[in-house]
Amino acid sequence: MGLAKRIIPCLDVTNGRVVKGVNFLELRDAGDPVEIARRYDEQGADELTFLDITASSDNRGLILHIIEEVASQVFIPLTVGGGVREVEDVRRLLNAGADKVSINTTAVLNPGMVQAAAGRFGSQCIVVAIDAKKVENQPFEWEVFTHGGRNATGLDAVKWAEYMVSLGAGELLVTSMDRDGTKIGFNNPLNRAISNAVEVPIIASGGVGNLQHLVDGVKEGGADAVLAASIFHYGEYTVRQAKEYMVQHGIEVRL
Amino acid sequence: MSKVDIAVVDYGMGNLRSVSKALEHVAPGKNIVVTSRPEEVAGAERVVFPGQGAMPDCIRELDARGLRSAIIDAAKRKPFLGICIGLQMLFEHSEEGAVSGLGLFKGNVKRFAGADMVDAHGEKLKVPHMGWNQVYQVQAHPLWRGIDDGARFYYVHSYYVQPEDTAVIAGFSNYPDRFSCAIAKDNLFAVQFHPEKSAQAGLQLLSNFVNWSPS
Repeated sequence: MGLAKRIIPCLDVTNGRVVKGVNFLELRDAGDPVEIARRYDEQGADELTFLDITASSDNRGLILHIIEEVASQVFIPLTVGGGVREVEDVRRLLNAGADKVSINTTAVLNPGMVQAAAGRFGSQCIVVAIDAKKVENQPFEWEVFTHGGRNATGLDAVKWAEYMVSLGAGELLVTSMDRDGTKIGFNNPLNRAISNAVEVPIIASGGVGNLQHLVDGVKEGGADAVLAASIFHYGEYTVRQAKEYMVQHGIEVRL
Repeated sequence: MSKVDIAVVDYGMGNLRSVSKALEHVAPGKNIVVTSRPEEVAGAERVVFPGQGAMPDCIRELDARGLRSAIIDAAKRKPFLGICIGLQMLFEHSEEGAVSGLGLFKGNVKRFAGADMVDAHGEKLKVPHMGWNQVYQVQAHPLWRGIDDGARFYYVHSYYVQPEDTAVIAGFSNYPDRFSCAIAKDNLFAVQFHPEKSAQAGLQLLSNFVNWSPS
């Protein structure tokens, strides 16, 4: 037996609470982040991702405080993203107890920051998040968007993924904006194209509505890890149920 | 200055906070310090030597703080736990930046082959090797106490050690080929995975280390 595929519950955090949106909008409250993190750890989550979705300067201190509290109680890898603009932001998050930091908009505005952060802290803690959407008016299939999905960049998501890895990204978090919050499954062709193009692990994100979608994300999309939020937050499934389902479908997981 | 029970060596690389928080969790009441002072490492009862990032940077930062001889000395005489790059640096030589290590163990640090590696389903295996893999114990050791053979630990690395003396190998994992993930000799134990991020199995290993009295 070898490396297990990972299940990563994602906690979107704003004003100190976990929320969940549909297509990046319409936020619903889902609970206290520390309490939710502990519950997922007990259920056997392989990692946790926190996205600071307001990411204003007011909330910056709040997410650091939350990460510190989670990191002293939950001993699995923690990734934090949202509003990471400078190398100094990376340092602050790592010092608070994050193991990896996810960089999204800043990677597009200033790719040199990804390189600088990977050079200083190591590729193992630099995740580049790519929000991609299917487009018709470009010579490629999926375009990179920034600012929580509002701004088009003109960048080919697959080429962008290769470039980010060349600058030192140790992992890619690929979110399909077309699928996010829809519950119709991951965008597996997008994930497969990126997974085949790069050497580093990819995390599939956006669109999980049932446990078969997790299986398809691994088998069809070539994902090394699958990220989901709402199916876990509202108690539809536990992480353990998800893992048991994946095992039944021939996927190696940590039970 | 009160006596230091556990010194976590800080040379400016990696997430030391995770290591110290996990140690505080398993050893409440112990005096755990994160330190870059050679004399504090020398005076501690036990030493944890973590590491993340690239080995050439780690060696450079270690030397910049004058820690080399304190580490070598601690590794020879007191309970010592190396983690990740803290394992790799104990060896003679690494392919990463073609750098020399501390030379406490004979052997090299090699990179995973990458492009040629596939799993049982023919899927490409990624580098870094990131996530939870099974650790198989090849010798009985106090640090494995209470941990199942084949228990999963969390890894994130692109390089692995190849000890010349196979007698020091305490554990291995497969990716896809077998590689050494734990070495043990006298008062020293060092692992490639991250016990501080490996949930229950990892906390058990750290707890075993805190209570270990090597003969």
